Amino acid sequence: MRLLLALSLPAVVGLASPVRADDFSLTIKDHRFEPSELQVPAGKDLTLKVTNSDPTAEEFESNDFDAEKVIPGGQTAVIKIAPLDPGRYEFFGEYHEDSAKGALVAK
Amino acid sequence: MLGALIIVFREVIEAGLVVGIVLAATRGIVGRGWWVSLGITAGVLGASIVAAFAGAISNAFAGSGQELLNATVLIVAVISLTWHNVWMAEHGREIVAELRQVGDDVSAGRRPLTALAVVVFVAVMREGSEIVLFLYGIVVTGTSMGSLLLGGVLGLLGGAAMTALSYFGLIALPTRYIFSVTSILLALLAAGMAAQAIHFLQAAGVVTALQTRLWDSSWLLPDSSIVGRMLHVLVGYTDKPTGLQLLTYLTTLATIAALMWWVRSPRQAKPAH
Repeated sequence: MRLLLALSLPAVVGLASPVRADDFSLTIKDHRFEPSELQVPAGKDLTLKVTNSDPTAEEFESNDFDAEKVIPGGQTAVIKIAPLDPGRYEFFGEYHEDSAKGALVAK
Repeated sequence: MLGALIIVFREVIEAGLVVGIVLAATRGIVGRGWWVSLGITAGVLGASIVAAFAGAISNAFAGSGQELLNATVLIVAVISLTWHNVWMAEHGREIVAELRQVGDDVSAGRRPLTALAVVVFVAVMREGSEIVLFLYGIVVTGTSMGSLLLGGVLGLLGGAAMTALSYFGLIALPTRYIFSVTSILLALLAAGMAAQAIHFLQAAGVVTALQTRLWDSSWLLPDSSIVGRMLHVLVGYTDKPTGLQLLTYLTTLATIAALMWWVRSPRQAKPAH
Protein backbone atom coordinates (compact mmCIF):
# COMPACT_ATOMS: atom_id res chain seq x y z
CA MET A 1 0.00 0.00 0.00
CA ARG A 2 2.89 2.29 0.67
CA LEU A 3 3.94 1.70 -2.89
CA LEU A 4 2.55 4.54 -4.88
CA LEU A 5 1.00 7.18 -2.75
CA ALA A 6 -0.51 8.64 -5.85
CA LEU A 7 -2.23 11.39 -3.98
CA SER A 8 -4.41 13.39 -6.20
CA LEU A 9 -3.58 16.59 -4.33
CA PRO A 10 -3.57 19.08 -7.15
CA ALA A 11 0.10 19.73 -6.68
CA VAL A 12 0.30 21.81 -3.53
CA VAL A 13 2.02 24.22 -5.79
CA GLY A 14 -0.12 26.73 -7.57
CA LEU A 15 2.93 27.50 -9.66
CA ALA A 16 2.34 27.67 -13.38
CA SER A 17 1.58 24.15 -14.60
CA PRO A 18 -1.93 24.04 -15.97
CA VAL A 19 -1.90 20.23 -16.05
CA ARG A 20 -2.47 18.50 -12.75
CA ALA A 21 0.72 16.88 -11.58
CA ASP A 22 0.70 13.37 -10.19
CA ASP A 23 2.38 12.95 -6.83
CA PHE A 24 4.73 10.12 -5.93
CA SER A 25 6.81 9.51 -2.83
CA LEU A 26 10.17 7.96 -2.13
CA THR A 27 12.15 7.54 1.06
CA ILE A 28 15.89 7.40 1.52
CA LYS A 29 16.97 5.18 4.38
CA ASP A 30 20.49 3.91 5.08
CA HIS A 31 21.49 5.46 1.77
CA ARG A 32 18.99 3.39 -0.20
CA PHE A 33 15.79 4.32 -1.96
CA GLU A 34 12.55 2.78 -0.75
CA PRO A 35 10.96 1.74 -3.04
CA SER A 36 13.81 1.54 -5.49
CA GLU A 37 11.47 1.35 -8.44
CA LEU A 38 8.37 3.44 -9.06
CA GLN A 39 5.76 2.99 -11.75
CA VAL A 40 4.65 6.35 -13.09
CA PRO A 41 2.32 7.39 -15.89
CA ALA A 42 4.00 8.51 -19.11
CA GLY A 43 3.16 11.85 -20.66
CA LYS A 44 2.13 13.58 -17.45
CA ASP A 45 3.64 16.21 -15.19
CA LEU A 46 4.98 14.39 -12.15
CA THR A 47 5.84 15.50 -8.66
CA LEU A 48 8.24 13.32 -6.74
CA LYS A 49 8.50 13.79 -3.00
CA VAL A 50 11.74 12.40 -1.69
CA THR A 51 12.09 12.10 2.07
CA ASN A 52 15.60 11.69 3.38
CA SER A 53 15.27 9.85 6.68
CA ASP A 54 19.03 9.55 7.07
CA PRO A 55 20.75 12.07 9.34
CA THR A 56 23.09 13.24 6.57
CA ALA A 57 22.42 15.05 3.33
CA GLU A 58 21.95 13.31 0.02
CA GLU A 59 21.95 14.71 -3.47
CA PHE A 60 19.13 13.27 -5.53
CA GLU A 61 20.26 13.17 -9.10
CA SER A 62 19.17 11.79 -12.42
CA ASN A 63 20.80 12.16 -15.77
CA ASP A 64 17.86 10.44 -17.43
CA PHE A 65 15.24 12.97 -16.36
CA ASP A 66 17.57 15.77 -15.42
CA ALA A 67 17.15 16.25 -11.72
CA GLU A 68 19.69 17.50 -9.24
CA LYS A 69 18.66 18.39 -5.76
CA VAL A 70 20.31 18.36 -2.39
CA ILE A 71 18.13 16.91 0.36
CA PRO A 72 19.38 17.67 3.88
CA GLY A 73 19.09 14.95 6.53
CA GLY A 74 15.55 14.47 7.80
CA GLN A 75 14.01 16.65 5.10
CA THR A 76 11.65 16.14 2.22
CA ALA A 77 12.32 17.57 -1.20
CA VAL A 78 9.84 18.13 -3.98
CA ILE A 79 11.10 17.34 -7.46
CA LYS A 80 9.09 18.29 -10.49
CA ILE A 81 9.47 16.16 -13.56
CA ALA A 82 8.32 17.16 -17.02
CA PRO A 83 6.24 14.56 -18.92
CA LEU A 84 8.23 11.42 -19.71
CA ASP A 85 8.05 9.11 -22.69
CA PRO A 86 7.46 5.46 -21.79
CA GLY A 87 10.69 3.90 -20.57
CA ARG A 88 12.99 3.40 -17.64
CA TYR A 89 14.63 6.42 -16.03
CA GLU A 90 17.37 5.85 -13.50
CA PHE A 91 18.20 8.08 -10.58
CA PHE A 92 20.76 7.90 -7.79
CA GLY A 93 22.07 9.59 -4.68
CA GLU A 94 25.28 11.28 -5.65
CA TYR A 95 26.77 11.11 -2.19
CA HIS A 96 26.28 7.35 -1.94
CA GLU A 97 26.24 6.22 -5.51
CA ASP A 98 27.09 2.60 -4.79
CA SER A 99 23.96 1.95 -2.71
CA ALA A 100 21.50 4.73 -3.48
CA LYS A 101 20.08 3.70 -6.86
CA GLY A 102 16.59 3.58 -8.25
CA ALA A 103 14.44 4.09 -11.30
CA LEU A 104 11.16 5.47 -12.51
CA VAL A 105 9.32 3.27 -14.97
CA ALA A 106 7.02 5.36 -17.12
CA LYS A 107 4.12 3.54 -18.80
CA MET B 1 38.46 7.58 -0.24
CA LEU B 2 38.01 7.24 -3.99
CA GLY B 3 34.36 8.22 -3.73
CA ALA B 4 35.20 11.43 -1.87
CA LEU B 5 37.98 12.19 -4.30
CA ILE B 6 35.69 11.81 -7.31
CA ILE B 7 32.85 13.88 -5.89
CA VAL B 8 35.06 16.74 -4.72
CA PHE B 9 37.05 16.68 -7.95
CA ARG B 10 33.88 16.78 -10.06
CA GLU B 11 32.57 19.83 -8.25
CA VAL B 12 35.90 21.62 -8.04
CA ILE B 13 36.60 21.18 -11.77
CA GLU B 14 33.63 23.38 -12.61
CA ALA B 15 34.59 26.24 -10.32
CA GLY B 16 38.25 25.70 -11.21
CA LEU B 17 37.66 26.21 -14.93
CA VAL B 18 35.77 29.43 -14.28
CA VAL B 19 38.58 30.76 -12.07
CA GLY B 20 41.17 29.82 -14.70
CA ILE B 21 39.34 31.67 -17.46
CA VAL B 22 38.76 34.72 -15.27
CA LEU B 23 42.46 34.83 -14.36
CA ALA B 24 43.44 34.62 -18.02
CA ALA B 25 40.88 37.26 -18.98
CA THR B 26 42.25 39.70 -16.43
CA ARG B 27 45.89 39.10 -17.10
CA GLY B 28 47.83 42.30 -16.77
CA ILE B 29 45.17 44.14 -14.82
CA VAL B 30 46.48 45.42 -11.52
CA GLY B 31 44.80 44.00 -8.44
CA ARG B 32 43.17 41.02 -10.10
CA GLY B 33 44.74 38.56 -7.66
CA TRP B 34 43.07 40.36 -4.81
CA TRP B 35 39.66 40.42 -6.49
CA VAL B 36 39.79 36.79 -7.55
CA SER B 37 40.86 35.75 -4.03
CA LEU B 38 38.04 37.83 -2.64
CA GLY B 39 35.62 36.02 -4.97
CA ILE B 40 36.93 32.61 -3.89
CA THR B 41 36.88 33.46 -0.18
CA ALA B 42 33.37 34.89 -0.38
CA GLY B 43 32.37 31.83 -2.40
CA VAL B 44 33.63 29.42 0.26
CA LEU B 45 31.86 31.42 2.98
CA GLY B 46 28.71 31.55 0.86
CA ALA B 47 28.94 27.80 0.26
CA SER B 48 29.15 27.13 4.00
CA ILE B 49 26.18 29.40 4.65
CA VAL B 50 24.13 27.75 1.90
CA ALA B 51 25.06 24.32 3.30
CA ALA B 52 24.19 25.37 6.85
CA PHE B 53 20.80 26.62 5.77
CA ALA B 54 20.20 23.89 3.19
CA GLY B 55 17.06 22.77 4.96
CA ALA B 56 15.49 26.20 5.16
CA ILE B 57 16.48 26.95 1.57
CA SER B 58 14.95 23.79 0.13
CA ASN B 59 11.71 24.33 2.02
CA ALA B 60 11.35 27.89 0.86
CA PHE B 61 8.99 28.75 -2.00
CA ALA B 62 6.92 25.56 -1.81
CA GLY B 63 10.01 23.37 -2.03
CA SER B 64 11.59 25.22 -4.94
CA GLY B 65 14.02 27.32 -2.89
CA GLN B 66 17.15 25.55 -4.12
CA GLU B 67 16.21 25.91 -7.76
CA LEU B 68 15.25 29.56 -7.37
CA LEU B 69 18.46 30.35 -5.47
CA ASN B 70 20.51 28.65 -8.17
CA ALA B 71 18.65 30.43 -10.94
CA THR B 72 19.08 33.79 -9.19
CA VAL B 73 22.81 33.53 -8.62
CA LEU B 74 23.29 32.26 -12.17
CA ILE B 75 21.40 35.23 -13.57
CA VAL B 76 23.56 37.58 -11.47
CA ALA B 77 26.64 35.89 -12.94
CA VAL B 78 25.28 36.21 -16.47
CA ILE B 79 24.69 39.93 -15.98
CA SER B 80 28.19 40.37 -14.53
CA LEU B 81 29.78 38.50 -17.41
CA THR B 82 27.83 40.48 -19.99
CA TRP B 83 28.75 43.73 -18.35
CA HIS B 84 32.40 42.73 -18.10
CA ASN B 85 32.61 41.78 -21.76
CA VAL B 86 30.88 44.92 -22.94
CA TRP B 87 32.97 47.12 -20.68
CA MET B 88 36.16 45.45 -21.87
CA ALA B 89 35.11 45.80 -25.49
CA GLU B 90 34.76 49.51 -24.91
CA HIS B 91 37.81 50.10 -22.73
CA GLY B 92 40.09 47.13 -23.36
CA ARG B 93 42.32 49.02 -25.68
CA GLU B 94 42.61 51.99 -23.36
CA ILE B 95 43.47 49.73 -20.46
CA VAL B 96 46.22 47.99 -22.36
CA ALA B 97 47.56 51.36 -23.44
CA GLU B 98 47.35 52.76 -19.94
CA LEU B 99 49.01 49.80 -18.36
CA ARG B 100 52.03 50.38 -20.50
CA GLN B 101 52.46 53.73 -18.83
CA VAL B 102 53.97 53.03 -15.48
CA GLY B 103 51.88 53.88 -12.46
CA ASP B 104 48.86 54.86 -14.46
CA ASP B 105 45.30 54.81 -13.25
CA VAL B 106 44.84 51.49 -11.56
CA SER B 107 41.12 52.06 -11.21
CA ALA B 108 40.77 51.69 -14.98
CA GLY B 109 40.79 47.93 -14.58
CA ARG B 110 38.94 47.78 -11.33
CA ARG B 111 35.39 47.96 -12.59
CA PRO B 112 35.40 44.78 -14.65
CA LEU B 113 37.24 43.08 -11.81
CA THR B 114 34.30 43.50 -9.43
CA ALA B 115 32.05 41.87 -12.03
CA LEU B 116 34.39 38.93 -12.43
CA ALA B 117 34.83 38.60 -8.67
CA VAL B 118 31.05 38.13 -8.56
CA VAL B 119 31.29 35.41 -11.20
CA VAL B 120 34.01 33.60 -9.24
CA PHE B 121 31.93 33.95 -6.08
CA VAL B 122 28.89 32.40 -7.75
CA ALA B 123 30.87 29.50 -9.25
CA VAL B 124 32.62 28.67 -5.99
CA MET B 125 29.47 29.04 -3.90
CA ARG B 126 27.35 26.77 -6.10
CA GLU B 127 29.84 23.95 -6.37
CA GLY B 128 31.21 24.48 -2.89
CA SER B 129 27.95 24.05 -1.02
CA GLU B 130 27.61 20.51 -2.36
CA ILE B 131 31.12 19.68 -1.24
CA VAL B 132 30.49 21.12 2.21
CA LEU B 133 27.31 19.05 2.63
CA PHE B 134 29.02 15.92 1.41
CA LEU B 135 32.07 16.32 3.64
CA TYR B 136 29.86 17.28 6.57
CA GLY B 137 27.99 14.03 6.09
CA ILE B 138 31.26 12.17 6.29
CA VAL B 139 32.28 13.99 9.43
CA VAL B 140 28.94 13.26 11.10
CA THR B 141 28.92 9.55 10.35
CA GLY B 142 32.60 9.40 11.18
CA THR B 143 33.29 6.34 9.06
CA SER B 144 37.00 6.10 8.24
CA MET B 145 37.07 9.86 8.25
CA GLY B 146 40.79 10.20 7.69
CA SER B 147 40.92 8.49 4.34
CA LEU B 148 37.74 10.17 3.16
CA LEU B 149 39.07 13.59 4.04
CA LEU B 150 42.30 12.71 2.28
CA GLY B 151 40.19 11.92 -0.78
CA GLY B 152 38.56 15.32 -0.40
CA VAL B 153 41.88 17.11 -0.23
CA LEU B 154 43.21 15.22 -3.26
CA GLY B 155 40.03 16.08 -5.17
CA LEU B 156 40.53 19.72 -4.26
CA LEU B 157 44.11 19.62 -5.53
CA GLY B 158 42.94 17.98 -8.74
CA GLY B 159 40.44 20.78 -9.26
CA ALA B 160 43.10 23.40 -8.53
CA ALA B 161 45.24 21.71 -11.19
CA MET B 162 42.37 22.27 -13.64
CA THR B 163 42.51 25.99 -12.84
CA ALA B 164 46.21 26.05 -13.51
CA LEU B 165 45.80 24.05 -16.72
CA SER B 166 43.11 26.30 -18.18
CA TYR B 167 44.96 29.42 -17.09
CA PHE B 168 48.35 28.47 -18.49
CA GLY B 169 46.72 27.02 -21.59
CA LEU B 170 45.07 30.34 -22.28
CA ILE B 171 47.99 32.62 -21.53
CA ALA B 172 50.18 30.50 -23.77
CA LEU B 173 48.23 32.00 -26.66
CA PRO B 174 49.84 34.90 -28.50
CA THR B 175 49.06 38.06 -26.54
CA ARG B 176 47.03 39.66 -29.30
CA TYR B 177 44.55 36.77 -29.28
CA ILE B 178 44.11 36.44 -25.52
CA PHE B 179 41.59 39.25 -25.27
CA SER B 180 39.42 37.91 -28.12
CA VAL B 181 39.64 34.31 -26.96
CA THR B 182 38.80 35.08 -23.33
CA SER B 183 35.95 37.35 -24.43
CA ILE B 184 34.49 34.50 -26.47
CA LEU B 185 34.99 32.06 -23.59
CA LEU B 186 33.31 34.41 -21.11
CA ALA B 187 30.41 34.96 -23.52
CA LEU B 188 29.95 31.19 -23.93
CA LEU B 189 30.19 30.80 -20.15
CA ALA B 190 27.44 33.41 -19.76
CA ALA B 191 25.22 31.75 -22.36
CA GLY B 192 25.67 28.36 -20.68
CA MET B 193 24.84 29.83 -17.28
CA ALA B 194 21.74 31.53 -18.68
CA ALA B 195 20.55 28.21 -20.14
CA GLN B 196 21.21 26.54 -16.80
CA ALA B 197 19.25 29.22 -14.97
CA ILE B 198 16.35 28.35 -17.29
CA HIS B 199 16.82 24.70 -16.42
CA PHE B 200 16.40 25.55 -12.73
CA LEU B 201 13.39 27.76 -13.39
CA GLN B 202 11.82 24.92 -15.38
CA ALA B 203 12.68 22.46 -12.61
CA ALA B 204 10.98 24.79 -10.13
CA GLY B 205 7.92 24.86 -12.36
CA VAL B 206 8.11 28.65 -12.61
CA VAL B 207 8.71 28.59 -16.34
CA THR B 208 6.84 26.03 -18.39
CA ALA B 209 7.20 27.40 -21.92
CA LEU B 210 9.06 25.33 -24.50
CA GLN B 211 10.04 22.58 -22.11
CA THR B 212 10.07 19.81 -24.65
CA ARG B 213 13.53 18.37 -25.15
CA LEU B 214 15.04 19.08 -28.50
CA TRP B 215 17.41 16.14 -28.65
CA ASP B 216 19.14 13.54 -26.53
CA SER B 217 22.85 13.17 -27.12
CA SER B 218 23.53 11.35 -23.86
CA TRP B 219 24.50 8.22 -25.82
CA LEU B 220 27.30 10.20 -27.42
CA LEU B 221 28.44 12.53 -24.66
CA PRO B 222 26.58 12.27 -21.36
CA ASP B 223 26.46 15.27 -19.01
CA SER B 224 27.72 13.00 -16.27
CA SER B 225 31.04 12.24 -17.97
CA ILE B 226 34.07 14.37 -17.14
CA VAL B 227 34.29 15.72 -20.69
CA GLY B 228 30.55 16.40 -20.67
CA ARG B 229 30.89 18.30 -17.41
CA MET B 230 33.78 20.38 -18.66
CA LEU B 231 31.94 21.26 -21.86
CA HIS B 232 28.91 22.02 -19.75
CA VAL B 233 30.89 24.68 -17.89
CA LEU B 234 32.82 25.96 -20.87
CA VAL B 235 30.19 26.18 -23.59
CA GLY B 236 27.00 25.25 -21.77
CA TYR B 237 26.75 21.76 -23.28
CA THR B 238 23.82 19.74 -22.05
CA ASP B 239 22.77 16.38 -23.46
CA LYS B 240 19.01 17.01 -23.30
CA PRO B 241 18.31 20.70 -23.79
CA THR B 242 14.80 22.08 -23.78
CA GLY B 243 13.64 24.50 -26.44
CA LEU B 244 13.72 27.42 -24.03
CA GLN B 245 17.25 26.55 -22.91
CA LEU B 246 18.54 26.65 -26.46
CA LEU B 247 16.64 29.83 -27.20
CA THR B 248 18.03 31.49 -24.05
CA TYR B 249 21.51 30.31 -24.90
CA LEU B 250 21.41 31.80 -28.38
CA THR B 251 19.72 35.01 -27.22
CA THR B 252 22.37 35.57 -24.55
CA LEU B 253 25.20 35.03 -27.02
CA ALA B 254 23.58 37.31 -29.59
CA THR B 255 22.90 40.01 -26.99
CA ILE B 256 26.48 40.04 -25.75
CA ALA B 257 27.87 40.06 -29.28
CA ALA B 258 25.54 42.88 -30.31
CA LEU B 259 26.38 44.99 -27.26
CA MET B 260 30.10 44.47 -27.76
CA TRP B 261 29.80 45.38 -31.41
CA TRP B 262 27.71 48.42 -30.56
CA VAL B 263 30.11 49.93 -28.01
CA ARG B 264 33.05 49.31 -30.29
CA SER B 265 31.60 50.76 -33.44
CA PRO B 266 32.60 54.38 -34.01
CA ARG B 267 29.89 56.77 -33.00
CA GLN B 268 29.70 60.46 -33.33
CA ALA B 269 29.15 62.52 -30.21
CA LYS B 270 30.18 59.64 -28.01
CA PRO B 271 29.08 60.42 -24.47
CA ALA B 272 31.87 61.21 -22.06
CA HIS B 273 32.72 58.67 -19.36
